[in-house]
Amino acid sequence: MSTHQHSFNERFEFAGKAKTLSLVGIVIGIVGVLAGFFGGEEGIQNTFSNLLLSSYYFVGVCVAGVFFLAYQYMAQSGWSVAFLRIPQAFAKTLVFAAITLLIVVAAGLLVHHEEVLEGHKVSAPYLYAHWATKGLTDPKSEIYDKIITGKSAFLNLPFFYGTLIVLLGLYSLFGRLLVKYSNSEDVLGGMLNYNKSFKISAIFLVIFGFTFPIYSFGAVMSLEAHWFSTMFGWYNLAAVHVSGLAVIALTLIILKQNGYFEWVNESHMQDLGKLIFGFSIFWTYVWFAQFFLTWYANMPEESVYFYKRWEPEYKWWFWLNIILNFLAPLLLLMKNNDKRSLNRMKFAAIIIIIGHWLDYYLMIMPGTIKKEHMFNLVEFAQDMAIFAGFAGLFSFLMLSTLSKFESLVPKKHPLLEESLHHHIY
Amino acid sequence: MSSTKFILGCFDDPDNMMHGIENLQKNSIPIYDVYTPMPIHGIEAKLGVKESRLGYAAFCFGCLGGSVIFSILYYTLVHDWPMNVGGKPHFAMPNFVPFTFEWTILFAAFGMVFTFYAATHLFPGRAPRVMDLRATDDRFVIAVDAKGNVPHDDITRLLQEAGAVEVKHNERKYVSYE
Repeated sequence: MSTHQHSFNERFEFAGKAKTLSLVGIVIGIVGVLAGFFGGEEGIQNTFSNLLLSSYYFVGVCVAGVFFLAYQYMAQSGWSVAFLRIPQAFAKTLVFAAITLLIVVAAGLLVHHEEVLEGHKVSAPYLYAHWATKGLTDPKSEIYDKIITGKSAFLNLPFFYGTLIVLLGLYSLFGRLLVKYSNSEDVLGGMLNYNKSFKISAIFLVIFGFTFPIYSFGAVMSLEAHWFSTMFGWYNLAAVHVSGLAVIALTLIILKQNGYFEWVNESHMQDLGKLIFGFSIFWTYVWFAQFFLTWYANMPEESVYFYKRWEPEYKWWFWLNIILNFLAPLLLLMKNNDKRSLNRMKFAAIIIIIGHWLDYYLMIMPGTIKKEHMFNLVEFAQDMAIFAGFAGLFSFLMLSTLSKFESLVPKKHPLLEESLHHHIY
Repeated sequence: MSSTKFILGCFDDPDNMMHGIENLQKNSIPIYDVYTPMPIHGIEAKLGVKESRLGYAAFCFGCLGGSVIFSILYYTLVHDWPMNVGGKPHFAMPNFVPFTFEWTILFAAFGMVFTFYAATHLFPGRAPRVMDLRATDDRFVIAVDAKGNVPHDDITRLLQEAGAVEVKHNERKYVSYE
């Protein structure tokens, strides 16, 4: 095994089936959104909730790319260099994902509809109605809400939206910087860019660790503004991380099965599988921690969150969430040989990607839509269409970014040789 | 019949040692074991060492730990002395999860360590079994069981050809016993 056996100058060509499928996905998504907007008030509400879900997922996967890059640089790990281009492509796509999320949030806040709140007709926005409806913080108003007023230092439009812009901007910036350094490393060689990446990764991880909970508190937790959970940030970080890893693995496997990344071997897959396995357990750990604290304390203002998710229309989804995100990876990826098998990893990655869609679904939907049945075909079709749309958008943007890289491996990364010879038992 | 029990080929270079292994294998001479001061990449595959079964031990100990604490919890909290804690039912499953989780990990971890000790004769206080003391320092040692492996001179020659700096004909298996 030596370097010259592989042609590192090979570039990814984004064409053919991948491009067609991405575009088909986008078209399906657009159809889904349009169908929703003509589906009456409930259809519009469902569309907005789904748009938020999918764009939050989209941002999450891309942020996970930056996070992955940062901790790999920080740990000075060599094994991941062989496929570092994939998280780099995610990191570069983040800015588009961020813009999408900001547009969705802005639209959800701006588009209003009539709603009856405590017997009073109010004009509520489609998203974040629990705190963004006018009058909630006005003592003279009929719908004055003391709890929301108490939270209004955080949950007010300028601060909320400003935080989103600043945080997503920062994450995108760090992602782009890491990619930029890697690209100039390929031209210049030497340790300069690697050292810069190390430094910027350290700064990113500190910022990311402290601000990610704020981001998820704002973007998702505030949908049910009366409720709060201090575990929510870590719970979301775990979900974002493990679903991002699953998408990295799926991308890598599909590209490998199409003849790219021939230098990625079983050991790389095993290590990636270990991360997915480990962080699926970690997700379960924080999921359970959040549930356990709420269940044990049994305070009404906290329990309401799980009470809603224990209603017949959500209960089965609630359990399916645990099966898909905990039991499935636990059993599918426990053995070494399972992690080494491309097909097994692909299957597990797809299960986890679906599972975390459901995870976000259970975070967002009960607080926003009025669900009457456990399963409604029209609603489900729309959910899937919008998800397909975002999957198409993501793969289109990510793969066209990937095709712009000069090579599919950071050619002059100081730890490249280590990665190419990566071998574990 | 000589009284030689083990023939040790001592190398000062891992590549030469790998070459020595090849030489012996080419001549169908079974290798008892190889001792090196540091991990050598790919040596397990070359020697045909079976994959470690430590994982199965971990699994069994994990199951044991989970069952033990679950039984204790069930006996104390549900069967023997039920208590009302915050109005929760006596057999409240979420309560059991952290303990079961932690004990599973505890037993798996300790069980793995002790299994490893037992399998490698490494219990604290026990004198280590070493065939050649310098194998823990700067020598890469191939050990060949002398019994049934005759003639010994051929083995010595094969090891020397590969670059062994010293070939020992030991009359006892270990230089150190407890």
